[in-house]
Amino acid sequence: MDPLIIAGRTFTSRLIVGTGKYPSFAVMQQAHEASGAEMVTVAVRRVNLSDRTKESLLDFIDTKKIALLPNTAGCYSADDAVRTARLGREAGLSHWVKLEVIGDERTLFPDNEELLVATKILVKEGFVVLPYTTDDPIICRKLEEAGAAAVMPLGAPIGSGLGIQNANNIRIIREFSRVPIILDAGVGTASDATIAMELGADGVLMNTAIAEARDPIAMAESMKLAVQAGRLAYRAGRMGRRMYASASSPLAGTLK
Amino acid sequence: MKIVLNGDPHDVAGPLTISDLLVQLNVDARRVAVEHNLTVVKRAHYDSTQIRENDQVEIVNFVGGGS
Repeated sequence: MDPLIIAGRTFTSRLIVGTGKYPSFAVMQQAHEASGAEMVTVAVRRVNLSDRTKESLLDFIDTKKIALLPNTAGCYSADDAVRTARLGREAGLSHWVKLEVIGDERTLFPDNEELLVATKILVKEGFVVLPYTTDDPIICRKLEEAGAAAVMPLGAPIGSGLGIQNANNIRIIREFSRVPIILDAGVGTASDATIAMELGADGVLMNTAIAEARDPIAMAESMKLAVQAGRLAYRAGRMGRRMYASASSPLAGTLK
Repeated sequence: MKIVLNGDPHDVAGPLTISDLLVQLNVDARRVAVEHNLTVVKRAHYDSTQIRENDQVEIVNFVGGGS
């Protein structure tokens, strides 16, 4: 499969996965392996100072093979997101950030106004900014103009598993965008990931669809294959749609 | 002396540096990021950054998360 290139960095896998909600770190580690992902998202949170005995997430990620993508999940203003991104950069020694500025607790929809402000600040500070945004072609274009290295439109609300709710918007974003498009959030099962790729997304980011599957490791493998299948189909170019049947077998020579 | 550590009041024997504080808390400096009075402190400066009375210190690390 053709590689995915974001900000000059080449990825063989077009699937990016999360590190939250797994039954255990051990299962997460095996799911990561099965997914083939070369980049995983992590959240930045206060260290638990009262209990230092807990296992550390980083003991279960081979950072030689898998790049960390710190996110700014849980931030509700550009200021908080910028602050979190700076801390993530120091903790991970990488200047990549999955930028999230949330506008509403129930939907976790992005606050695009604040997102744009934070993107501009972080781009100026040398970050590779991957903003999580609504599936709105206009905001995607503005984020690209602000220097985002990719755009990450949602397919459906985070953790909803509803699949892609507005396929046509993803198609239009594909038309508009000159930076990679990573469909982020909303994937529930493998076919959703395939559809995202068939619509022209350059990659898919997911967490809950794998972590909350009955068998996260098997689902991770299925997502790997689904993303590959969707990419190949997109590149192959689907046939046109017809209202009526069109026989695949020749009509000439049929027995009369 | 009193400082605000991860949002809560905290008593430490002062004066001390960021490095001293991390040792006292049994925190591996390679796996965290530290913010001192709202400014991120580079690891190379942990030894030289002094914490004073009423300072705000945040110590963060990576935890599982997706979006």
